[in-house]
Amino acid sequence: MAPPAEVLAVRGLSKTFPGVRALDDVDLTLHPGEVHALIGENGAGKSTLIKVLTGVYRPDAGDIVFQGRAVSFATPLEAQKAGISTIYQEVNLIPLLSVARNLFLGREPRNRFGLLDFARMNREAEEALGAHGVRVDVRRPLRTLGVGAQQMVALARAVASEARIVIMDEPTSSLEPREVETLFSVIRRLRDDGIAVVYVSHRLDELYAVCDTVTVLRDGRRVHHGRLADLDRLSLVSTMLGRELGEVRKEGLTKFTGEHHATGSGPVLEARGLSAPHKLHDVSVSIRPGEVVGLGGLLGSGRTETAKAISGALPTSSGKVTVAGVPLRAGSTPAAIRAGISLLPEDRKSEGIVPGLSVRENISLAVLPRLSRFGLVSEARVDSIVDTFVERLRIKASSPQQKVGELSGGNQQKVLLARWLAMNPKVLLLDEPTRGIDVGAKAEVQKLVDELAADGLGVLLISSDLEELIEGSDRVVVLKDGAVVGELNGDEVTEDKLMRTIAGHAPERDAVGEAATDG
Amino acid sequence: MAEAALRTVPLDKARILHWLQTYGVYAGVALLLVVNVVITPHFLSAENFRTQAVQVAPVIIVALGMALVIGTEGVDLSVGAVMALAASVTALYLGYGLLPALLVVALFAAGVGLANGALVAFVGVQPIVATLALMVGGRGVALVLLPQLEDLRNPSLASLGSGDVLGVPYLILIAAGLALLVAFVVRRTTFGRQLLAIGDSRPAAQLAGLPVRRVLIVVYVVCALLAAVAGVLATARLQASDPTSLGNLMELSAITAVVVGGTPLTGGRVNIAGTVAGAVLIQLLTATLIKHDLPPSWTQIAQAIVIVCAVYAARGRGKR
Repeated sequence: MAPPAEVLAVRGLSKTFPGVRALDDVDLTLHPGEVHALIGENGAGKSTLIKVLTGVYRPDAGDIVFQGRAVSFATPLEAQKAGISTIYQEVNLIPLLSVARNLFLGREPRNRFGLLDFARMNREAEEALGAHGVRVDVRRPLRTLGVGAQQMVALARAVASEARIVIMDEPTSSLEPREVETLFSVIRRLRDDGIAVVYVSHRLDELYAVCDTVTVLRDGRRVHHGRLADLDRLSLVSTMLGRELGEVRKEGLTKFTGEHHATGSGPVLEARGLSAPHKLHDVSVSIRPGEVVGLGGLLGSGRTETAKAISGALPTSSGKVTVAGVPLRAGSTPAAIRAGISLLPEDRKSEGIVPGLSVRENISLAVLPRLSRFGLVSEARVDSIVDTFVERLRIKASSPQQKVGELSGGNQQKVLLARWLAMNPKVLLLDEPTRGIDVGAKAEVQKLVDELAADGLGVLLISSDLEELIEGSDRVVVLKDGAVVGELNGDEVTEDKLMRTIAGHAPERDAVGEAATDG
Repeated sequence: MAEAALRTVPLDKARILHWLQTYGVYAGVALLLVVNVVITPHFLSAENFRTQAVQVAPVIIVALGMALVIGTEGVDLSVGAVMALAASVTALYLGYGLLPALLVVALFAAGVGLANGALVAFVGVQPIVATLALMVGGRGVALVLLPQLEDLRNPSLASLGSGDVLGVPYLILIAAGLALLVAFVVRRTTFGRQLLAIGDSRPAAQLAGLPVRRVLIVVYVVCALLAAVAGVLATARLQASDPTSLGNLMELSAITAVVVGGTPLTGGRVNIAGTVAGAVLIQLLTATLIKHDLPPSWTQIAQAIVIVCAVYAARGRGKR
């Protein structure tokens, strides 16, 4: 039986949005020192549950009992003051303020004149960050830090306040493995201090590494709860998806078959000697039709930059890109797109979707000039393209008129894929195509990439998910500090080999990279 | 029970806000019409309607361009200066005939628009700063070209300002025609869709291969051309070129019309019908107060209240 001293008890929570029952009679209990995994597909209700707990939304029904008292937070600030801290998936800090000021935002130390005590703030900030293994100049503006370091600042901030519950919504999506380890040690320390942690992640390894208990949500309802150790991975996935165990086992954890047959002789894309100051040093990649080439490497190794340089979005100082033998004008995204290159950007929310426009307008955005005559849009042709892709990619939206910003991450990604597939590209550059999307949509995207390669497209795949990279790619080009350090072919494409390639070329830190970041 | 009732309140509030945001400006116009029919003598006369419409027409024309610029998450402060410039240039070149004068006006306006657009699109200056430069500089040039008010005696210009078709003044026809044209461009053309996408998310538009710079430049040129049209029409109605005061504070009237009409300053959405209604609302409000002999300061206070209401209603969007 559960000990009575629960820190949080949620009963019968319901929340309805127009047309969607986001939460339906959900219960959740947290005890001090418990690390609780909250999982479910996108749209299962995880984000809504978190937002209700932290005062962003008001529930339609149900009770929240926090430390023995029924509470109803009107604002996130109230929840935070009461002792519920949240770390969001996207860093929720102020980029222009210094690291220290971000850390103490809303509870700045004051001197006896009531003015901000910067000396104390900076000193304490350094100590707090140092405790998490982050050594940075705390007076620098936050935005000059990498995303991973920013996430650590957010973490330090959440932990430093007098929290009884810390909610982490996909905290590792932008962290490097080393930083993930730091995060885990912080979580363990929180647990030892008797603080309850709610951990939301799509990465199963992480869940099993740190979580004690689990709640699985599906379609707004709680479909499972209990000890995580009692549930093996496949059962977890099948509970989450609502599919039969055998089915999952048969299909494996990723949807890649890993078998593409590169057709044709010449490469469909050839990038030679791409260089960009401080970012890329002489990177060359070639892709044949029907081939999926993976780009391996750690965070900041130049994978995203390579994709952007190929697509003309990153200015290069030298290098040449040819598509099907035709050289490309450098530095022009429209020219690259006309030649048949499509880039699915890493940062889906700010560089991919146009959130205020509809599904229909997002899908037709790039292809619009082709569906127009004398600048006039042919609505019938737009409708036919949109209908085709909504059906083919199984995009779930209430109608093509729904705003893309309101869709789940997986569906947003499908809308972006549809935007590019409508262009009939020759080469697809996929930068983290499955990051932050639910298991079901992930599988669909992976399957689609397979099919597209089978149809003769050249695909460049960037993924921090090693399993995905290995199973999805025919060949992996490994980058480090903006340069190619190796290539894995055929049987060499294994996690082990990839790690070795990355590690084998890992001198302490090469001087060029260091100088570059300082300059 | 009481608690349940309390909880439904925010939802209703959101719904009311949403309704206000969508239809508030039309409701405001309707309300003012009804009030005036009741309390203002001779309000329903054709003559009165014509006066009101002729007065509001230049504001509508300028606001159309402003709505496009605001749709790209920009703002154009130079529209008043462009009106003054149009007035000066018209006076200078009217000797060659109306049509040549109009062509030169268009050239000047396009020049200002290009400068605005280039500063925003290529140099990366914030729109408010770029157009502020042209606002100050443009009126300066207008005054250099024509230092003081000059009466214009040109029959074709005069007929443009006061002529009519079946009792409907040219001014109104031109404003209505332009409004329909701009609305069509926003809804049905590639350019219109690209404009909205750029306003909503410029990085995404860029990566989707949209001609971002071209669209921005065209938007600022179109805005300047529309302001020039308004400047010429106002000059034609006055039968005098007045670069000192023509178009003063017009940028603010236009922005007010756009915002009251439900186009958010954050870009990505353009509401043309609302913009027209917004201009009409402000016009009716001003006229009502003037007709009842309230001092002009009251008009400004009333405008301020309308703007605050519009901004409040707009704030309710975005949130759930």
